[in-house]
Amino acid sequence: MAEMDTSGGGHEKKGPGVKKAKKLSTRVDLTPMVDLGFLLITFFIFTTTMSEPTAMRLFLPKDTEKPEDQNKIKASGALSIMLSRNNSIFYYEGELAPDGSNFKSTNFKDIRDIIINKKKSTDPTDFVVVIKPGPESTYKNTVDMLDEMTINDVKRYAMVDIFDVELTLVRASEAYQQPGK
Amino acid sequence: MPKVKVPRKSTSVDMTAMCDVAFLLLAFFILTTSFKPDEALSVVTPKSVSTTKAEQKDVVLITMDKEGKVYFSVSDDATAEKGEIIDVVDQLKSLGLTEQEKNSFKRSGSFVGVPFGQLKSYLQLSPEQLKSFKSPGITVLDTLNNEMITWIRAAATAFQGSKMNLLVKGDNEAKYPSFKGVIDAFKKNEIFKFQMITDPEGVPAGTELFKKNELRTPAAAE
Repeated sequence: MAEMDTSGGGHEKKGPGVKKAKKLSTRVDLTPMVDLGFLLITFFIFTTTMSEPTAMRLFLPKDTEKPEDQNKIKASGALSIMLSRNNSIFYYEGELAPDGSNFKSTNFKDIRDIIINKKKSTDPTDFVVVIKPGPESTYKNTVDMLDEMTINDVKRYAMVDIFDVELTLVRASEAYQQPGK
Repeated sequence: MPKVKVPRKSTSVDMTAMCDVAFLLLAFFILTTSFKPDEALSVVTPKSVSTTKAEQKDVVLITMDKEGKVYFSVSDDATAEKGEIIDVVDQLKSLGLTEQEKNSFKRSGSFVGVPFGQLKSYLQLSPEQLKSFKSPGITVLDTLNNEMITWIRAAATAFQGSKMNLLVKGDNEAKYPSFKGVIDAFKKNEIFKFQMITDPEGVPAGTELFKKNELRTPAAAE
């Protein structure tokens, strides 16, 4: 196929004494058409959105005013994670020491190991992660953190407002870190 | 000795088959593609490992753009509910909207990103004017006057008895306080269940979820 016969009906196989009529081939060169086809394919591949957006479920706890209604958590099994600006994370295990000695800083790469270690070292019934996004943290940080809960199979986690004490500590340690960097 | 004639072979290949394949693929991609609707709000959603598909029907969508401005919209298939929402909002806030202004809300692809004080004038804008209109966003940061509460209440009233899919679509850059304002509005309306639209992402290898998925996959194949 592929091209028009332009030889004007060459007599390659001449039978004895048979005059062959001129045979014009109907074949067309399809190469440009294929080119065009693939060009359009590439266009549609690039413009198409194959991956549909997914949704992440989040269940909120009910706000309770009375302290006795609130879920009590064992402070020792808690891991409080505070999110701050520039994707930085601050965390402490258990209760915050008055002098802030167990207040540590980390980032999104290392937080997974911290969660895993904490999970391993605590009783599963006591283990709870408290996520406290600060006012400078972005929506992405929050979603990433919630995602981290799913990834590490943390059954109990809560999203809580950041306390003023913690916010002051976060600000202070950020101010401390800034000149060093 | 007779000369052996080597038949001259043409170098051109038959393109028909290739052409067929190309156009078959082309047809497939044309049919499966769905062009992104011309969105007035450009939002880059964060990634998550979640695999649940986002609902497309009966959706009440709260959008947060990268400046933290919050918008409210309802999917186009829920026209009746849309009408009811604007009626309820009109009543609750006694805005005195005309039928025409309400219809402007019911128009497909409409979204609201203005405080109630500006809602009336906002709904009077023509589609052309809307394109250049800069929405200030719905007030959510003010805890005493969180207008999202009213919007959610209206949506909950309109979707009473049917399933409402409450979706939050936030930009990566959106600051947390906007999100908190939205969550607070949900809580105030006794809605504790909602979904966040995210982009799919692979599960990091070696993590608990990864192991869990691995365990599940062979079981499903059997």
